[in-house]
Amino acid sequence: MYNFDFTRPSSIKDAVAAIGAGGQALSGGQTLIPTMKARLAMPETLVSLTGIQEMKGICTNDAGQICIGAATTHAEVAREVAKSYPALSDLAGHIGDPAVRNRGTIGGSLANNDPSACYPSAVLGSGAIVKTNAREIAADDFFQGMFTTALEEGEIITEVKFPVPQKANYQKFVQPASRFALVGVFVAKFADGVRVAVTGASGEGVFRWTEAEAALSKDFSAAALDGVAAPSADGMISDLHGTGAYRAHLVKVMTARAVAAA
Amino acid sequence: MTQVKLSVNGKEMSAEVEGRTLLVEVLRDKLGLTGTHVGCDTSQCGACTVHVNGRSMKSCSVLALDVAGAEVTTIEGMANPDGSLSVIQAAFKEHHGLQCGFCTPGMVMTAAALLKENPKPSEAEVRAYLEGNICRCTGYHNIVKAILAASGQDVAAIAAE
Ligand SMILES: Cc1cc2nc3c(=O)[nH]c(=O)nc-3n(C[C@H](O)[C@H](O)[C@H](O)COP(=O)(O)OP(=O)(O)OC[C@H]3O[C@@H](n4cnc5c(N)ncnc54)[C@H](O)[C@@H]3O)c2cc1C
Ligand code: FES
Ligand code: FES
Repeated sequence: MYNFDFTRPSSIKDAVAAIGAGGQALSGGQTLIPTMKARLAMPETLVSLTGIQEMKGICTNDAGQICIGAATTHAEVAREVAKSYPALSDLAGHIGDPAVRNRGTIGGSLANNDPSACYPSAVLGSGAIVKTNAREIAADDFFQGMFTTALEEGEIITEVKFPVPQKANYQKFVQPASRFALVGVFVAKFADGVRVAVTGASGEGVFRWTEAEAALSKDFSAAALDGVAAPSADGMISDLHGTGAYRAHLVKVMTARAVAAA
Repeated sequence: MTQVKLSVNGKEMSAEVEGRTLLVEVLRDKLGLTGTHVGCDTSQCGACTVHVNGRSMKSCSVLALDVAGAEVTTIEGMANPDGSLSVIQAAFKEHHGLQCGFCTPGMVMTAAALLKENPKPSEAEVRAYLEGNICRCTGYHNIVKAILAASGQDVAAIAAE
């Protein structure tokens, strides 16, 4: 790893100033530190977000949304929302392994937008809102393709606000070597309809499977998917772990399992 | 160079570090605590697992300056105060939970974190919790058995596979 300057501000304001001056955000470091060791990232200054108390912790706001500070670890989310949003707790509690969950954060995961990461499916599937130092971004606008988001240069995620569905479930088909999702499907049933968000499958990153949403909004049962064709294999990730056709097939299988378990 | 202060196994310690210095490098190279191992250096294997403020972390993926002031526990801090093996360490010895021993410090630290959260885990829970700790020798069976025994559960019925 090349050397860099390191700062650990205690407020969002100071962090944004340090990043604006050319620094890069460091949250849990579970993605960024290995990337820097491989010299695929070479920031001159790292600005740690781990000392910013206003970016940590979980609460429920007046609108009934669960608000999670961007620097909150996966392990804390798994513990804290176990009763208020079990599907989200279950997702967070199955990211990587216990040591990764004690360090990795929701903000880092969303900013990175790995096409096989778990959190993007919960955020898109819940129709959550990504709050930054500058604005609020709807999940439907936030994810813009593999490793690409709506974040501007120097903008940081400070909080994520989740509406709580009536029923929800996340089904992850684990890629056993990396422990990421080979395919993961997050299904959420709200009073005004069902959202289905798929991770791990598409080369464009997380996406909503609208055909399944339409069928499930009429009839929330696994059988309702019988008449829906699996999504097209075109554009699906194809690698040594599975072909695009295999992933497309898995999307339908995992969606049905998520509905049955919700 | 910057000074970083840590409380390691109950002792106040400090070291001169760069921005890029990893927690594991401070422990091994600056403080001489070579019980914590580096297996992969890519956050995969768990050999470098230590506790930071009571939670298990991979010390190859944590910057020393990012945990300045923290309480760190390493394998050197796991024995009983009189120097005898702790319950978990003794169970690893008793049940042959190690062969070459390279993964063992990380396994013991992860086991201690598990039993603190979940004092009587099932076999499936032990296996799930060990997901981030790789052992190339034992096939895991005796590690799982040792951890179940350390939790006070009867393992006589678990045959060696
Ligand atoms: C062994 C292993 C297994 C894993 N398994 C899974 C898995 O199953 N599922 C899964 O989803 N993930 C998995 N991960 C990834 C893990 O969840 C990471 O913690 C996460 O993707 C990145 O979060 P972080 O807090 O560590 O971010 P960092 O590594 O600190 O940062 C990642 C990127 O985001 C930027 N960034 C960080 N915080 C912010 C912010 N608040 N605002 C703007 N930009 C920011 C950084 O500059 C960097 O570019 C795994 C990782 C490992 C090492
Ligand atoms: S050396 Fe840290 S996880 Fe392998
Ligand atoms: S005992 Fe050799 S790697 Fe586990």
